[in-house]
Amino acid sequence: MPKKVYLAITAMIFGASLYGETITICPSCEITSIKKGVELASENDTLLIKKGTYKEFNIVIDKPLTLLGEDFPIIDGEDQGEIITIISDGVTVDGLFIINVGTSYTSDYAAIRVVKSENFLIQNVVLEKLFFGIYLEKSNNGKIYHNKIIGDAVDEYNSGNGIQLWYSKNIVVENNIVQHVRDGIYLEFSDNITIHNNTSSNNLRYGLHFMFSNDDIYTDNTFENNGAGVAVMFSKKIKMQGNTFKKNWGTASFGVLLKEINDAEISNNTFEENTIGINIEGSNRIVYKNNDFINNGWAIKVRGACYTNSFVNNNFLYNSFDISYNSKLNDNVFENNYWSSYTGYDLDKDGIGDVPYRPVKLFSYIVNRTPETIVLLRSLFMDIIDFSEKVSPVFTPDNLVDASPMMKKVGS
Amino acid sequence: MLKILKYSFYDLIRSRWSYVYFLFYLALGFVLLFLNNDLSKAVITLMNVIIVLVPLIGTIFGVMYFYNSKEFTELLLAQPLKRSSIFLGQYFGVAGSLTLSLVLGLGIPFVLYGLFRSEAIWDFTLLLVTGAFLTFIFTALAFNIALSNENKIKGFGYAVLLWLFLAVIYDGLFLLSLIVFEEYPLDSFSLAATMFNPIDLSRTLILLKLDISALLGYTGAIFKQFFGTNLGLMVSVGVLLLWTLLPIWRLSFKSKRKDF
Repeated sequence: MPKKVYLAITAMIFGASLYGETITICPSCEITSIKKGVELASENDTLLIKKGTYKEFNIVIDKPLTLLGEDFPIIDGEDQGEIITIISDGVTVDGLFIINVGTSYTSDYAAIRVVKSENFLIQNVVLEKLFFGIYLEKSNNGKIYHNKIIGDAVDEYNSGNGIQLWYSKNIVVENNIVQHVRDGIYLEFSDNITIHNNTSSNNLRYGLHFMFSNDDIYTDNTFENNGAGVAVMFSKKIKMQGNTFKKNWGTASFGVLLKEINDAEISNNTFEENTIGINIEGSNRIVYKNNDFINNGWAIKVRGACYTNSFVNNNFLYNSFDISYNSKLNDNVFENNYWSSYTGYDLDKDGIGDVPYRPVKLFSYIVNRTPETIVLLRSLFMDIIDFSEKVSPVFTPDNLVDASPMMKKVGS
Repeated sequence: MLKILKYSFYDLIRSRWSYVYFLFYLALGFVLLFLNNDLSKAVITLMNVIIVLVPLIGTIFGVMYFYNSKEFTELLLAQPLKRSSIFLGQYFGVAGSLTLSLVLGLGIPFVLYGLFRSEAIWDFTLLLVTGAFLTFIFTALAFNIALSNENKIKGFGYAVLLWLFLAVIYDGLFLLSLIVFEEYPLDSFSLAATMFNPIDLSRTLILLKLDISALLGYTGAIFKQFFGTNLGLMVSVGVLLLWTLLPIWRLSFKSKRKDF
């Protein structure tokens, strides 16, 4: 992998040198500031920034340039404002260390902002002490690759997001690490985005936050210990595959919060030790396949207005509640899942239990109605009434069953 | 008193039932750890067993022992001994041997599986402490019932009923009242209701010490605030202590006045 990266970098440098000149910037060179370098450069030049500290902000890049850092030169904004603003197509930013972005309550200062530009590449950048990290505004066809964003956010109201996409299309966000900011990755009105192999952890609010963004795909990401997990809202045709949602543990914390999501596919994800694995509200035609729900408080909490969803081949392992429903109506399908609390038998040895499994316990129905009753969790009385409800369902939706529960864990 | 305690204790230690009880916990501990090999998870499963079985066995054992040793008690009463020391000696003998069986039976497998190197040690200690408390509380309650009822059948009936009430029916009534009064703020009520039942108190105490507390969500915030802190722990232990001392006090009070 690093070899590939180096190859890409050398190819890029090589390619750049074919087209333009290389301007070297260092504290002891002729040109000592990046601003000056940008001013002097002509289109398609490369600015080679050598190791050192550059105290600059409001660097506007208005022509296709490559900003290449050597040994991570530090650009210190001294909390004055925005640091790099890209307003031209074809800009590459590579290998910089940017710190001290200004905090403002009126404008969203970012370490790197891309405005109405195309074909940009931001890679190997390290951002620390920031307000907003990488902010894409109405910019398309770019790539954000292998960056590290470490914030120091304490309060929601005066902190920004790690990577923010606003009205941007066809962007690839890959191999980034985002920590300690407000929202790790935030998407608004952004379509056809690929989010792959990122790690977003310890953020104040959401690890990943989607709003009004369609046809996006996110794969193999890890979201861990975020204030409220991951929120996906008002979006269509989202694909979530192979992600890990872990330890989003708190009173208002979710692995994934789905609100008004239609036609999505959620497969091969792992939800582990979340207070609520998936919280679903007003979401239709979603396919949940091959996911693992391990040790969650609630594996899936269905709040209502969720129709034609299907849950197939998932593993539900040791959750306090597998499914919680707040209505008696059920239009969702549960099939061939493995439930660790299933107690049925398999006489014909076809691997499928002969007795249907009812994932909704009476207790979870009661807790939905009167949340205070949760204090009776794990009491003998609750076990008894759960058992009697299991034998003859009265309160829980009687068609909410997995008629073909697996006897062994799916995929083992 | 100490002599009688010693006598009762050794009598019970030699008896078959203590061994059965001890072996039961030993087997339970080993099987649990063998099946999932995870100490902290085994603690949760164990909690379910402890809060149901320990009170039941304490109750039954207490009543049984009291009735069985009645003739011996009457013999002792004829001696120049303080009455309270006779009954308290017997009581501590029974409760002590039961607690010993519990602690050793569960302790040995957990220690063998590396308890001291695990983070679960405090949870486990809490589990054993509440288990011991429950034994003392329910044995004391059983002695009280047996002392007040000459009729064995009646005494057994009341004792089992008491267990049933505290382990099951109380929670049912609790649940019912929570649902009926769901329009009202119930935080302090549920806190108080938990305090009034030693089984509920033990369960909540252990649950909140385990990582499960976030499950309680917004409604559980007050619980977490209360039980999660050291003050809460102190108060809960104090209430458990009160639950132990009150029946013991009544036992010695009643035994002094009872006409044999």
